[in-house]
Amino acid sequence: MLKIKNLKADIESKSILNNFNLEIKPGEVHAIMGPNGSGKSTLSNILSGKKGYDVSGEILFENKNLFELETEERAHKGIFLAFQYPLEIPGVNTNIFLKTSLNAIRKARGEKELDAIEFLKLVKLKAKELKFDEEKLNRQLNVGFSGGEKKKNEILQMSILNPKLSILDETDSGLDIDALKIVADGVNSLRKKDNSFLIITHYQRLLDYIKPDYVHVLMNGHIIKSGGPELALELENKGYENFN
Amino acid sequence: MREKQIDKLKDYKYGFTTDIENIRAPKGLNKEVIEFISKAKKEPKWMLDWRMKAFERLKNLKEPNWQKPKYPKIDYQDIYYYSAPKSASETPKSIDELDPKLLETYKKLGIPLQEQQRLNGIAVDAVFDSVSVATTFKDKLNEVGVIFCSISEAIQKHPEIVKKYLGSVIPLTDHYFATLNSAVFTDGSFVYIPPGVKCPMELSTYFRINASQTGQFERTLIIADKGSYVSYLEGCTAPMRDENQLHAANVELVALDNAEIKYSTVQNWYPGDENGKGGIYNFVTKRGLCKGTNSKISWTQVETGSAITWKYPSCVLQGDNSIGEFYSIAITNNYQKADTGTKMIHLGKNTKSKIISKGISAGFSDMTYRGLVDISSKAKNSRNYTQCDSLLMGNKCGAHTVPYIKNKNPESNIAHEATTSKISEEQLHYCQQRGLNPEEAVGLIVNGFCKEVLQQLPMEFAVEAQKLVGISLEGSVG
Repeated sequence: MLKIKNLKADIESKSILNNFNLEIKPGEVHAIMGPNGSGKSTLSNILSGKKGYDVSGEILFENKNLFELETEERAHKGIFLAFQYPLEIPGVNTNIFLKTSLNAIRKARGEKELDAIEFLKLVKLKAKELKFDEEKLNRQLNVGFSGGEKKKNEILQMSILNPKLSILDETDSGLDIDALKIVADGVNSLRKKDNSFLIITHYQRLLDYIKPDYVHVLMNGHIIKSGGPELALELENKGYENFN
Repeated sequence: MREKQIDKLKDYKYGFTTDIENIRAPKGLNKEVIEFISKAKKEPKWMLDWRMKAFERLKNLKEPNWQKPKYPKIDYQDIYYYSAPKSASETPKSIDELDPKLLETYKKLGIPLQEQQRLNGIAVDAVFDSVSVATTFKDKLNEVGVIFCSISEAIQKHPEIVKKYLGSVIPLTDHYFATLNSAVFTDGSFVYIPPGVKCPMELSTYFRINASQTGQFERTLIIADKGSYVSYLEGCTAPMRDENQLHAANVELVALDNAEIKYSTVQNWYPGDENGKGGIYNFVTKRGLCKGTNSKISWTQVETGSAITWKYPSCVLQGDNSIGEFYSIAITNNYQKADTGTKMIHLGKNTKSKIISKGISAGFSDMTYRGLVDISSKAKNSRNYTQCDSLLMGNKCGAHTVPYIKNKNPESNIAHEATTSKISEEQLHYCQQRGLNPEEAVGLIVNGFCKEVLQQLPMEFAVEAQKLVGISLEGSVG
């Protein structure tokens, strides 16, 4: 599904990622762990299509060169990023944002757009599953939402858009234990044989609830070690500093 | 991508011209031209005298120059003050007698006059260059006693009302452009709502400048008699021309006891090209008088067109407990400039005013909100609330807020809030990650920003206005 080969990324001639390689197959859950400044967020930014980086190497998503696709085209193809810091958009109603987003993606895929009633049915169902306060859907997007609500809103969007590849950029940071469980349940309910996940995190905690197939340790711009879930526990015990 | 956007921008949907035979007054501003206009309109003598008084006064007036957008000197002798489609100069008795080319023009503009009868209950007065060419739904309005016709017709048929109210809100000698309009105004709409009548449909005037080198000086007068209600909407477009054309209109509203007037504008005059060449100078005087107690006047404007927009739709709150409102969206892109806002003059007791202004600037454009809240010593227990929000796109445009506040009454209360924000790269990226292209993203964010004002528009026009907001900003991202 996703093949990253020899990715190098600089920002203002400072090297962030180098010799970065990763392959994710359909249905797999990968976790990337790493200390601050190791390049975790850069990776999610680049996958989503954020501008401002000098990049080389290759990223293939379902055999298409990602560098040739605009951000929105990547979203149409099924890439979703749950942002580390979800943006506030004053004046824009959360429901309207969600509906516009879903219909833009459906339209790009040649699917029928949902009308207001069909959409509300869907959003109500998903909100209930994620224990997301429905009343918040009528508020301005993320405005006045707590940190946890913003993160839950990302997962709600993810479950409505039903992407092929979901990238969770430190979605667990700032969540209390109840919210963490809800987020994990949301992710687990989307786990299917065709849907893949890339979970970026500092801590092992989230991985207690979302069992990854692979864990990668990212340091100094590239993966220094890969393994199964036990690698996350090892990291937690040793700390990044003593790891190597 | 960028080129595609510019192409779209060039494609100002209303930029076509209609090849139609015109009757024109000779170029220039002089007594003879004013006489020509008055004669062409078959006006009574009092009207011509009134025009001449304005013309005499004009000689002693200077153009104001305190506004922020400056413009090259206008040669008032190089403008045609009267241009009328030949076929309409003999007033047609019904829409069926209109020149088919005119009907076609309005159809292209999305206003099928013939079909108006069957449409959703909006009466339209169409003004083409200097004359009103058609007013729809006259019969139905007559039934309830509502008068909706061109001002020229009103001067002939309802002189007593016109005489009483024309110039009662904007005095003959008010300022240069208003006085110029009083001397040379050509056409516009007239509305009278009798006591106790709630006008059964939206009234709408559609202004179109077609002829080149022609100014449009329309005059609109709306009177809502005691206990009546009317909602009125005007729309404007013009062909794409390299020259700047002057549009200096006067609009006067009078609301008597317990009457309410809702006046909405969707202004989409040609804004000039992406380098700032051509476009309309939209220098308009709009003022409403809340003459009666408990009267209410509400202005809503969506200003997206024109090279320069310079206007302050105002309310004079004379009657006790009267209410004035101003809701505005002004958008400037490329090299457009706007200096717009309102004046709320509180004279009566317990008067209330509310100002909601949303300014959006993109490209190299420049936007100024200028507003006056004046509470006189007699206006006890009056209140004003002002909210001015500016949204910037890119870093080459400007936004300015210039509020003037005069409060001579210690029992009154004025509140002013202002914000300036920018559409951030991060917000755009977020929307794009959710599948929206940059223009859809900007449209969504901007419509969210303007929501409070868009909600004030009559339903049928809110959708149009929403689209217009998106179109006006095309090419401003990427």
